[in-house]
Amino acid sequence: MATPTARTSRQHESSQHLASERPARERLVRDVVFVDGVRTPFGKAGPKGIYAETRADDLIIRVIRELLRRHPELPPERVDEVAVAATTQIGDQGLTLGRTAALLSGLPRSVPGYSIDRMCAGAMTAVTTVAGGIAFGAYDVAIAGGVEHMGRHPMGEGVDPNPRFVAEKVVDTSALVMGQTAENLHDRFPALTKARADAYAANSQAKYAKAVAEGRIGPDLVPMATRSVELGWGVASRDEPPRAGTTVEILAGLKTPFRPHGRVTAGNSAGLNDGATGCIVAAEPVARELGLPVRMRLVGYAFAGVEPEVMGVGPVPATEKVLATTGLSIEDIGLFEVNEAFAVQVLAFLDHFGIADDDPRVNAYGGAIAVGHPLASSGVRLMTQLARQFEDHPEVRYGLTTMCIGIGMGGSVIWENPAYAGQGEGGSA
Amino acid sequence: MSTLDIGEVTALFPDELVTRSVVRYVELPAVDGRVVGAGAAGELALVTLDNGMDHTKPSTFGPAGLASLSAALDEIEARTPAVAAIAVTGKPFVFAVGADLKGAARIASRDQALRIGRAGHQVYRRLVESPVPTFAFVNGAVLGGGLELALACRYRTLSGSTAAIAFPECFLGLVPGWGGCTLLPKLIGAERAIAVIVDNALAQNKMLSPRQAAELGIVDVLLEPADFLEESLRWAARVLAGETIVARPAVDTSTQTWDGAVARGRAGLAARLHGAAPAPVAALDLIAAARTNTVAEGFAAEDEVLADLLASAELRAGLYSFDLTQRRARRPVGAPPKELARPVTKVGVVGAGLMASQLALLFARRLEVPVVLTDLDQARLDRGVSYAHGEVDKLAGKGRVGPDQASRLKSLVTGSLSKDAFADADLVIEAVFEDMKVKKQVFAEVEAVVSAECLLATNTSSLSVGEMAADLAHPERVVGLHFFNPVAVLPLLEVVRSEQTDDATLATAFAVGKKLKKSCVLVKDAPAFVVNRLLTRFLGEVLRALDEGTDFAEADEALDPLGLPMRPLVLLALVGPAVALHVAETLHEAYPDRFATSAKLRQVVELGKASIYQWDTGSPVLDPDIAAVYGPRGGGPSGAELRERALAALAEEARLMLDEGVVAEAQDIDLCMILGAGWPFHLGGITPYLDRTGVAERVTGRRFLPPGVASLPHA
Repeated sequence: MATPTARTSRQHESSQHLASERPARERLVRDVVFVDGVRTPFGKAGPKGIYAETRADDLIIRVIRELLRRHPELPPERVDEVAVAATTQIGDQGLTLGRTAALLSGLPRSVPGYSIDRMCAGAMTAVTTVAGGIAFGAYDVAIAGGVEHMGRHPMGEGVDPNPRFVAEKVVDTSALVMGQTAENLHDRFPALTKARADAYAANSQAKYAKAVAEGRIGPDLVPMATRSVELGWGVASRDEPPRAGTTVEILAGLKTPFRPHGRVTAGNSAGLNDGATGCIVAAEPVARELGLPVRMRLVGYAFAGVEPEVMGVGPVPATEKVLATTGLSIEDIGLFEVNEAFAVQVLAFLDHFGIADDDPRVNAYGGAIAVGHPLASSGVRLMTQLARQFEDHPEVRYGLTTMCIGIGMGGSVIWENPAYAGQGEGGSA
Repeated sequence: MSTLDIGEVTALFPDELVTRSVVRYVELPAVDGRVVGAGAAGELALVTLDNGMDHTKPSTFGPAGLASLSAALDEIEARTPAVAAIAVTGKPFVFAVGADLKGAARIASRDQALRIGRAGHQVYRRLVESPVPTFAFVNGAVLGGGLELALACRYRTLSGSTAAIAFPECFLGLVPGWGGCTLLPKLIGAERAIAVIVDNALAQNKMLSPRQAAELGIVDVLLEPADFLEESLRWAARVLAGETIVARPAVDTSTQTWDGAVARGRAGLAARLHGAAPAPVAALDLIAAARTNTVAEGFAAEDEVLADLLASAELRAGLYSFDLTQRRARRPVGAPPKELARPVTKVGVVGAGLMASQLALLFARRLEVPVVLTDLDQARLDRGVSYAHGEVDKLAGKGRVGPDQASRLKSLVTGSLSKDAFADADLVIEAVFEDMKVKKQVFAEVEAVVSAECLLATNTSSLSVGEMAADLAHPERVVGLHFFNPVAVLPLLEVVRSEQTDDATLATAFAVGKKLKKSCVLVKDAPAFVVNRLLTRFLGEVLRALDEGTDFAEADEALDPLGLPMRPLVLLALVGPAVALHVAETLHEAYPDRFATSAKLRQVVELGKASIYQWDTGSPVLDPDIAAVYGPRGGGPSGAELRERALAALAEEARLMLDEGVVAEAQDIDLCMILGAGWPFHLGGITPYLDRTGVAERVTGRRFLPPGVASLPHA
């Protein structure tokens, strides 16, 4: 991991200041910390969803404004970058959303922004990318997040896959249909049965309901006004997708839309959702200087590619890679936030690392199967939830956020708990 | 619960675009981790006002809209457990902009009017008297009855981007009679309420900025627009939880302060309108009473006033005028298809005097194309260009244009001693001395340089456009563009078509006028067009009376009962006696029997006098030299006689103008007088007043407008 150095905190220099006029300095790497994260409640995509008549950019704007509102100690002009992820960068998710959302959020015009896309891992990539810039010294503070309004922008809207994919058999035709890639994963690992997937899914709903009841979800939400021409203005203050009381019996009866007599159902997958997430990431010395909370410290990250037809297995090589680069082992990880695009994909990860399906260290608040997965926004939800769990687990030193990514990838980020009390083994939670 | 008694009046609003009040029950955000709202699980009833159209058709209230709001309140009241609070907000960009005026124009009796007033009060009172706290989340445009709805709520938040905040009622001939004249003074005191309800309304319906509304105390908190509704709810939750205390400065209800403010308001109105418009006076009466009355008493008094005004001739004229300025002004009658217009990418201005410089600035600012001034004299040219540049600097100083735009505008305005600079211009306008020979020569010189399509425009105020064009190779490209002084302020542009002017030229002139943000009226090439002809005829009667011996003050005050923006002799000073004389001479030449030229006025001009009055002391004093010219007073018509003569003259001249086809309809005359002379809404410009006073029928044997157009339907 990166070690803090003795360098003094950087002077904030105006953008007009020419680089060549700056005093030459030694290249230093700085620790990067996760300051805080919030999200809108997630909604169901489609004409009946809470955000059916709400713009995608308004969702991320609300998140950015809430972050700034929760941290008056952060002078807005100190934000050096706004990185916003969206998978479908069209319409209200287009127009260089990071920049336009920054302007519409009321950030000073001097604050730049950009858009980013790595499908499901968009917001995760926004965080790792600005973190790289912070560690390198290019930024002090950045806002990173993601938004996906799958109601306004269904997956695959406007795509134009190169015919060579099929002609040269670069990928299987099933690779672009995420549900089929999940079925493919069941084929590859026959031990991952539908029964296990359904049991995992029911547990996810139960854990989410418990987390809500215990007040672990609400504090990270920012209420969002919802427009409806028919019904008038409303306010979304809780997640719409979860189905409390889901049982394996109910799940067993659901259709398998991707394959006759298949295993993947709407019940053991994440749904199609709308929502936005965002977080503040900063250089640790700058966070200390400004009095920003340090809720997680970035240890390392990795992205890895797999065959697109089994994209769900992506977290396995990504995690192996980040463990290798950080010199940690899976036993060092005390808490896991694994995105639940499909139950089978989480199970593949757990089996690989020898972790039980119902291990309490994994997705303590439930996961995307319950709360939803507005593609590019989910990465920061994992981080925000891990940060909250760290507070409750001073005995845990390291946590992992990981997710599978369309077109065959995985992304994994290891975080250190600043509240770690130095007691016990990291692996026990 | 209550039933709204609107049965009969609903029929007056057959095509009401109904603003629906829809209710949703939303969770109040927790305050410091605590649930808000006693026993009600922290629930707030959120009412959205929405007429189902986008922001270009803002929500208004007619009987069905009021009934919908009433039904929404019924529903909320019936809910168990009771809600913690009620909040009202609008569709995007609009809260509500008041009563449905289309229906108001159909009210034919005082009794119907009374019902409308009562219906509004009946619904709004439920918010005033609500047992649970009420909030208005004013998210956008809020005018008249919309603002009254907000005032009926206990607390108000306002979006910082709200563009329209006002009580326009007095501007139209009404009072804020759904609670405004009672609730606003009780909230912010008489002086501030008078400024908003009376002064702003009479200052061309001036709007408040959100900041001003907050500073005046009309709203409790200003919130940023980006997440206005969410943050309004958060604020409301804090108020309900007692975490945010809404501090409003105490209103000074001492007779000295309150009645003093009302007295100042009355004095201002008397000086300005001389009782010509009943509405603002009635508003002051209601505000005066608000010092001590109860809300119920105030509302009852408003009902009566509203009933009187809704059935008044002045309101009809006001609604008619408003419609002219909103509709006819934007779609000029008789303009050729706009597709015929040619692009204007460069403008020439002949002359570099004050008028020319003002025109150059206007063209540069609105068309954003190069504008070249020409003059024979380098010093005058420099003065002209530097005037325009100086005005740009003033705009920049006020923040009306940014520094980049200021430097762009300045670079657009240049000067040239040679007309060769016009070679690539698409429009050249002359603003030289009002002399036919000079103007013809100027056009001939310009035509030698420019393309065959380049528009040649004249800003003449009285000369014949056709004659000016007669000797040109291309007379069809000549058009009159008659601006009114000060050019930047007065919204009227008389577009003069000569016999030869072709459609493309005319279409281009209208397109340019629109880009200049002027309201264009098509007029025929007749002496002095519309505004100057009527004003000269009218002023001629005043000058004739002076020649005959009427006392200066009596003559000047004779027209006071009309409530014109200025007295005739002040108007004479504004126009300038020399210009007035010149226009009078032109008209005299054309119509010697109706337009006299006053020998005494010529003497005044020869003395070099700019005004009949001296203003050294701040108030007008008759210039002794002019008094000497006119000699001892006596023998002239009385003020009342003069008024009768002047109105008869206006009626005769307006009828002749219509008969001659100077404009298409009486509506055009009225629009010209409202926009070019600032004649008031309560007169409807002028023809509705001439109709309703019987002058039109007496003098010309007929009305200008059928009954009901700008008067009560049954009149």
